[in-house]
Amino acid sequence: MNMLEVSGLTKHYPINAGILRREVGRVRAAEDVNFTISKGETLALVGESGCGKTTVARCILRALKPTSGSIRFSPADGEMVDLAPLSKRQLRPLRRHIQLIFQDPYASLNPRMMVGDIIAEPLLVNGVASAERHRRVLELLDLVGLPAAARTRFPHAFSGGQRQRIGIARALALNPRVIVADEPVSALDVSVQAQIINLLLDLQEQLGLSTLFVAHDLGVVRHVSDRVAVMYVGRIVEVAPTVALYATPRHPYTQALMSAVPKADPLMRDTAAAPIGEVADPANPPPGCAFNPRCPFAIDRCRTERPVLRDVGAGQLAACHRAEELTLAGVG
Amino acid sequence: MADNSLPLVSVRNLAVEFTQHGGGPVRALDSVSLDLRPGRVLGVVGESGCGKSVTARAMLRILDRNGSIKNGQILLDPGTPQQTDITALPGEGNRMREIRGGRIGLIFQEPMAALSMQYTVGNQLMEAIRVHNDPGKAVARQRVIKLLNDVGIPRPETRIDTYPFQLSGGLRQRVGIALALAADPDVLIADEPTTALDVTTQAQILALLRRLQVDKKIALMLITHDMGVIAQMADDVAVMYLGRVVEFAPVNEVFAAPRHPYTQALLRSVPNLRAPPHSRLATIGGAVPQPNARPKGCPFHPRCPDMMPGRCDTTAPAPVPPGQAGASCFKVEDAALVEGVAA
Amino acid sequence: MSATTASSASSGASLADDKLAQAGQLRLTWLRFKRHKLALISLFIVALFYLLAIFADFVAISDPHHTDARRSYMPPQGIHLFDENGFAPHVYGLKGSRDMKTFKMVYVPDPSKKIYIAFFAPGYDYNLFGLIPTNRHLFALINPTPVDGIFLLGTDQLGRDLFSRLAVATRISLSIGLASVGLSLILGILLGGISGLYGGIIDTVIQRLIELIRSIPTIPLWMGIAAALPNTWSVLQVYFAITLIISLIGWTELARVVRGRFLALREEDFVIAAELVGAGQFRIMLRHMLPSFTSHVIAAVSLALPAMIISETSLSFLGLGLRPPAISWGILLQDAQNVQVLAGAPWLLLAAVPVVLVILAFNFLGDGLRDAADPYG
Repeated sequence: MNMLEVSGLTKHYPINAGILRREVGRVRAAEDVNFTISKGETLALVGESGCGKTTVARCILRALKPTSGSIRFSPADGEMVDLAPLSKRQLRPLRRHIQLIFQDPYASLNPRMMVGDIIAEPLLVNGVASAERHRRVLELLDLVGLPAAARTRFPHAFSGGQRQRIGIARALALNPRVIVADEPVSALDVSVQAQIINLLLDLQEQLGLSTLFVAHDLGVVRHVSDRVAVMYVGRIVEVAPTVALYATPRHPYTQALMSAVPKADPLMRDTAAAPIGEVADPANPPPGCAFNPRCPFAIDRCRTERPVLRDVGAGQLAACHRAEELTLAGVG
Repeated sequence: MADNSLPLVSVRNLAVEFTQHGGGPVRALDSVSLDLRPGRVLGVVGESGCGKSVTARAMLRILDRNGSIKNGQILLDPGTPQQTDITALPGEGNRMREIRGGRIGLIFQEPMAALSMQYTVGNQLMEAIRVHNDPGKAVARQRVIKLLNDVGIPRPETRIDTYPFQLSGGLRQRVGIALALAADPDVLIADEPTTALDVTTQAQILALLRRLQVDKKIALMLITHDMGVIAQMADDVAVMYLGRVVEFAPVNEVFAAPRHPYTQALLRSVPNLRAPPHSRLATIGGAVPQPNARPKGCPFHPRCPDMMPGRCDTTAPAPVPPGQAGASCFKVEDAALVEGVAA
Repeated sequence: MSATTASSASSGASLADDKLAQAGQLRLTWLRFKRHKLALISLFIVALFYLLAIFADFVAISDPHHTDARRSYMPPQGIHLFDENGFAPHVYGLKGSRDMKTFKMVYVPDPSKKIYIAFFAPGYDYNLFGLIPTNRHLFALINPTPVDGIFLLGTDQLGRDLFSRLAVATRISLSIGLASVGLSLILGILLGGISGLYGGIIDTVIQRLIELIRSIPTIPLWMGIAAALPNTWSVLQVYFAITLIISLIGWTELARVVRGRFLALREEDFVIAAELVGAGQFRIMLRHMLPSFTSHVIAAVSLALPAMIISETSLSFLGLGLRPPAISWGILLQDAQNVQVLAGAPWLLLAAVPVVLVILAFNFLGDGLRDAADPYG
């Protein structure tokens, strides 16, 4: 059963210039993005900065209004609502079902509120009675591995990892049906990052969460996700089950991304050359496949015709003209 | 150690303290010793607050105003007649200014920290060249073009007249590297040079650093929190924790047989591209303490799985002797003792 | 190995166990403010001056409006604490004699005539807090002749005691500053808040208005407005008019602070977090945004106050603000405008001391508050 069905999701930002603020161009932050997340599944959205992964996440949370496309979400089993056209007021009763885990554990907690109040706020604004709120806050603190005494302390008394736990507790307070995690561990130290990844794994297991996991770190993604969608300049270029994607990438960009990750093994140095060039400008993407200027396998067709995301076998989808003929190196 | 050439820089027992507004002094570095050798890459790795950046800043005498060197030496050209102790020089004096850039170059994490928005790339690079040894404007411009070419900037003849804000993050960091290399230093400190960059750009910049370092026989000190970067780049590795070097060893030894419990735990907690899906990671309990709440004894003992009560929490183990592979840990000391007896 | 299994419990166990962990914003701000010694002293000075303002008539020795040509330009006169019988504070009585060159009567202290001082003694009549009629003062002379007085800071041309006049002037000058800031604050928060909250065309209009107001040179503008005030207005009417004039210009700075904070806070993660859990605009404003900028506003106010006080002082000094018989610092300094007068009675310049002291104190206080305002920054 699908919890979230995103189809044709597009977000453009107009570029205005001149005294009349005339539109002179558009940043195509997200272009025709399609994916689904089923119940209990974690889909990772990966890519480099500016690829549109955060834009997609913010559209799903409806912190942004998409330019076009639909975001169908299931607020209760057997029901589907399209979030894309809804107004702020229509969205309010639905917000409780989709919650966000922030990247920055420092900015995301109000420093002037006690931890107990921070975690209780979602319950309070959704009309949960005081006694029940208290019980639930203690339950949530325990769930994320913080002592009950944390309730009466202020965020400044906590380390980055502990703050991230508080943020997770707040996100879980209303038993959301979908969690959006926006780079939840990238601001943390390596040793603390591992703690939070393990906590997320525990929670996935215990609560059967459906998660959209936005990240740039392929190592982290490998540990937490069931499926991975790779984005490049606003479009999804490959979607595949995690193991398959890492073992047999079908898009040259996926391969480039993986080979660029420095391997924590001094005996495996420089196995692949770094991809050439830089990420294309989403305001002015190259014609054809956006990756063609950097792609070692590009042919004339790649420079003129944009490849569509299609099934290339074994449940893998890739947007590459040459997906079938290329043999790309994966890891593990 | 394989390489017995004289180091270009030797840091010995360096201690740095910061005064806090209204609080007591906070020790940021505690008896740090490091050697930078020509043609070799020293990787310095650790988590936030471990003192890796403070070490770099102390070596260039650009500590924040509330920080000061309390003990130790930073020797430039140790063992030669030109040996200079950087800690003894006036921080703003001519000699120090010559050393900064001229002998020791610095690459920042955020290239914008080193570049001004108001001047063109060429302007800033030419200034860096001419400050140290002015060859005249025309020659300097030619050198800048060559420099830009060296750091892999396409079309350097036109890029020389662009402003930094017109460049992408990757190109900016290349300019940052060119700036650090402008006066031809033989020691280069790169402080998290790729942390702000995307992974594909990171790979390019690391490859560039590697090539330049080998070509110019530079002694490179590469500071990072990323074990992957260390594995790919470093010859020797210094692992730091709360202002101390807890382990020092050639890179292969560090990854194959880490000595210090912290290094062991750190390596295990790195997410792995080959891990089975939904597999858990090894963690280190707790978090890095605040620098003003330094634990007594070994700074790692509250998080250490091998902590020996009564010992690790009372006295700090001896620092790693400079130039030798080892760990600052009682467990490692004991093991060495047993081995010695057996032999 | 414990390290491999420990995930959650281990990290939570080590909570910071000090009082700081449970300290709210007020306490953190105070802790930080306390470290700023200069600001702490300034706070004390400012508090002292406001106490003086509240109890002005109580502290004053003689009626600030009472004139007596005989004691014109009396130099400052000390209080003698002891006489031959021990502690008995007293001043010397005045003895009139004729100057044989100018044939003017001059009054000089006569050491043989001691007039004793009593604490909490009756003096001239006044209304405490403007309400309670009384004649008790902090200290007063026992059985003085009409010409006697305690001239701590000397007298002016009309023989009015400068110390008493300063005490009463403090009340007007400080309260006018406070009232102007209060008014500016209301205008600033209202317009700045609207500007920051709604943005768009409203924001543009308000911002251009602020720029326009700030581009007008203040002194000529004041002169223009002040000149338009009818001569027939009472002291009270002029007082409120001056307050209004000062705050009409003063609100712009505060509006900018408020708008800036609003814009910054709107993008804060924790505000977005509240929005995403379904919190309403009102709750977000009240619970998340307002507490985050009150401290900034307080700091801005304490920096705006001295400007307001200076404005009043300069206006009155130039004769454009309050006019006698009202007493303010500016009016007292007006007496010190003339160099010839100053040469004969330099103590009249002492009226500038409280101005300088209060302005400096407010500036240091504002600095300290600004630094302490964001204990999380």
